[in-house]
Amino acid sequence: MSIPMTASQVLDREFLEIRAKVLELAASFDRLHRAEGVVAGDPRLSLIHEAIDVLQSDADDRAEQVQLIFSLQYDDEWQKKFDIVSGR
Amino acid sequence: MYYIDPHIHMVSRTTDDYETLSRMGCIGLSEPAFWAGFDRGSVDSFRDYFRQLTDFERKRAAQYGIQHFTWLCINAKEAENVSLSREVIAMIPEFLDSPSVLGIGEIGLNKNTKNEATIFVEHLELAIQYNQQILIHTPHLADKYQGTRMILDMLCDDSRIDRSRVLVDHVEEHTIRHVLDEGFWAGMTLYPVSKCTPQRACDMVEMYGPERLLVNSAGDWGPSRPTAVPDFIFEMRRRGHAERLIRQVVYDNPVQFFSQSQGFNFRAPDASETPATK
Repeated sequence: MSIPMTASQVLDREFLEIRAKVLELAASFDRLHRAEGVVAGDPRLSLIHEAIDVLQSDADDRAEQVQLIFSLQYDDEWQKKFDIVSGR
Repeated sequence: MYYIDPHIHMVSRTTDDYETLSRMGCIGLSEPAFWAGFDRGSVDSFRDYFRQLTDFERKRAAQYGIQHFTWLCINAKEAENVSLSREVIAMIPEFLDSPSVLGIGEIGLNKNTKNEATIFVEHLELAIQYNQQILIHTPHLADKYQGTRMILDMLCDDSRIDRSRVLVDHVEEHTIRHVLDEGFWAGMTLYPVSKCTPQRACDMVEMYGPERLLVNSAGDWGPSRPTAVPDFIFEMRRRGHAERLIRQVVYDNPVQFFSQSQGFNFRAPDASETPATK
């Protein structure tokens, strides 16, 4: 299933919204820069930069990629570590 | 357009909200048992809560032409207290024959701990023993991906579970595919800060199709919008989607999923009753 709108229609509808969101991000970074202290080593900032890099790619699953950047890793050994026995 | 909100916590909402929902086209809703904002101290607290869900809320909703259904469990946050959880699980069968009970839920994980997983598995046993449908909460934010995968591991390990009778809720872009690919139903929760927006929910309908997909508000005592499902309908219409498609997601799908439960004695607005299939 696809979106019934053309790319041009989507851009017409969302241009101002996207512009506003980019501006909010820019202002947030300015605010961080102006504030006292240093957060350059904060891992959260690295995640934000990594996510912004994804936005500039041509992938068609950018929302999913951004979600995964902000997610804890799945450990497929978790049941053994927790000693959880499930199922029959 | 008539719609059903398949996940909303009306015990936390005012009667005015029932009136607003009714004016917006809501004719049915299902309310999973959840965390009250504080940890309850005894099994009797849960017994009283289940009375509220199975009796009082049903009557309050009916005053506004809304049919109220419910799910019972001890939620993931309080599952850290394993002994209390086991007392609650042992008490739940007292209510399973109440009219309007759809199954066990919303069980799940919160911080993906061993105790949460232990109680999740014990809830699954209860559901299997009493042939109940299951509604599942998945964690928020950074914990969601790992927690959803853990939940799917536990569900898929058990061959007794009928996947078409399980709804995994609060899916987002990174978890929806895993849930649908394993044959479960998936719920998208429209929430202001965490979870999903109406726009992103529409995106996921466009990317994955409408089959086995539900949309809910999960309105509760926190910042939330009980009218989020109409927001989704509005966004779908703005994009030019067919009314038939919108209706499938917000009405036909919940009716199809809930109809697998004995407690779903739903009276459709254009028919006298939609019988339960099991």
